[in-house]
Amino acid sequence: MNKNIYRSRKISNTVGLTLSMGAMLLGMTALIWILFILFSKGFAALSLDFFLNSTPAPGSVGGGLSNAIVGSLMMVGLCTFVSTPIGVLAGIFLAEYGDRSKIASITRFVTDIMLSAPSIVIGLFVYAIYVAQVKHFSGFAGTLALSLIAVPVVLKTTENMLRLVPSTLREAAYALGTPKWKVSFSIILRSAKSGVITGILLAIARVSGETAPLLFTALNNQFFSADMNKPMSNLPVVIYQFALSPYENWVNLAWGGALIITLTVLGLNVLARVFFREKS
Amino acid sequence: MLETANVKNAIEVKNLDFYYGKFKGLKSINLNIAENKVTAFIGPSGCGKSTLLRTFNRMYDLYPGQRAEGQINLYGEDILDPKLDLNLLRSKVGMIFQKPTPFPMTIYDNIAFGVKLYENLSKVDMDERVEWALNKAALWNEVKDKLNQSGLSLSGGQQQRLCIARGVAVKPTVLLLDEPTSALDPISTGKVEELVHELKKDYTVAIVTHNMQQAARISDYTAFMYLGELIEFNDTKQIFLKPDREETEDYITGRFG
Repeated sequence: MNKNIYRSRKISNTVGLTLSMGAMLLGMTALIWILFILFSKGFAALSLDFFLNSTPAPGSVGGGLSNAIVGSLMMVGLCTFVSTPIGVLAGIFLAEYGDRSKIASITRFVTDIMLSAPSIVIGLFVYAIYVAQVKHFSGFAGTLALSLIAVPVVLKTTENMLRLVPSTLREAAYALGTPKWKVSFSIILRSAKSGVITGILLAIARVSGETAPLLFTALNNQFFSADMNKPMSNLPVVIYQFALSPYENWVNLAWGGALIITLTVLGLNVLARVFFREKS
Repeated sequence: MLETANVKNAIEVKNLDFYYGKFKGLKSINLNIAENKVTAFIGPSGCGKSTLLRTFNRMYDLYPGQRAEGQINLYGEDILDPKLDLNLLRSKVGMIFQKPTPFPMTIYDNIAFGVKLYENLSKVDMDERVEWALNKAALWNEVKDKLNQSGLSLSGGQQQRLCIARGVAVKPTVLLLDEPTSALDPISTGKVEELVHELKKDYTVAIVTHNMQQAARISDYTAFMYLGELIEFNDTKQIFLKPDREETEDYITGRFG
């Protein structure tokens, strides 16, 4: 045994381990710091009023975020309702039908661009084609912008998950004389179910924190409104506006809202992991 | 060529060539598959035996670039006809694969899935059919109390027998078995072999196997293939006791392959 080789390998091992541990600590510190500040300031802002009252007028005391919470739930909810079928069906098309055809590769290319497109661009786009035409901000416009972000995420994960299904299962289904649509929906989609649901949950998590696309579309509404054809309050824009305001109660509400969004995203991510683990 | 005049042929293959893109995988194959008999295909890896099997239900059609030329008649109907309804063909020519492929659903639904495609059965009749198919596959006693459990919860050998039951349940006329026991332990293998013996009363069976003892045990006719060609096709006894061709003898005595 050559002692020098052994020693140098031990040293490089130690160096490598130290570097990666250091990087891990740095990342963890940032995350825990963020969560610590968020939790300490956010929980202080939470109260019954927080969930029951609408956003306060400038200078008034108290108030809550009920309008923003309901607005966010409605827009993200409708967005999920719209994007899930579109994304899943398009994903099935790409994986099972289009495969290497021209239209499939174009769709894939556009999806990749959409996945990395800055969300503010998507907000501006919806502003130009919808808000500027009807001449008012609305919850529908916000939903449209969010859907444009969610669809590519759902589509991409669906396609990837369907491609992971072994081709032997596909062949086995065809071998029984199963028509193609039934193979896709009853066998392939079903066996990729947990992965597809994970993709949908991650898409919801992604859009529930988006601010930029809502700034030009849903804008905000100081009052409680469930009319999606009117400007609609929502958590991200309220946080954006309130956090920078000079009023102390507004800043506190912003922290509370930030905490709620974070907990939602955290919950969705945990749920996604649980779903994905069930499969394996 | 083997004289099979006294038995009825389920499948007749005439001058079959098969291409993977430009590569010629099968070279003018001629053979008959006798009704209600077991025909085994043996030969070294890559000799084309699975390829040949996959032409009988046109499984290769799923993959662009693969094509067959020549003629394959299933009870007189040319199945290479491009206008042929593939789903209908595959409901008549079932296939069992090397690896167990249970569908992600209950044991009961795994069997009922294929039946529902072409038959409208009442609940009672469907229950009966499921039990019948599971009995055929020698699996009924092991799963009768857990028909509502996922097919994926079974052991590998049970899964494979579930797949056989699934294939049998739709009552095809021909069953193609593509190395059905290569992923199984000896006990499960034994069960599947008994099953094949049982199945030939009602079905015509074509089986690809790497295991020569298996071919000798369960088949009536054996085809030896090498490099995409059918070297010898005869009574199984004849092939294993006194093959005509030297290549066949070399292979079954283990001198190559």
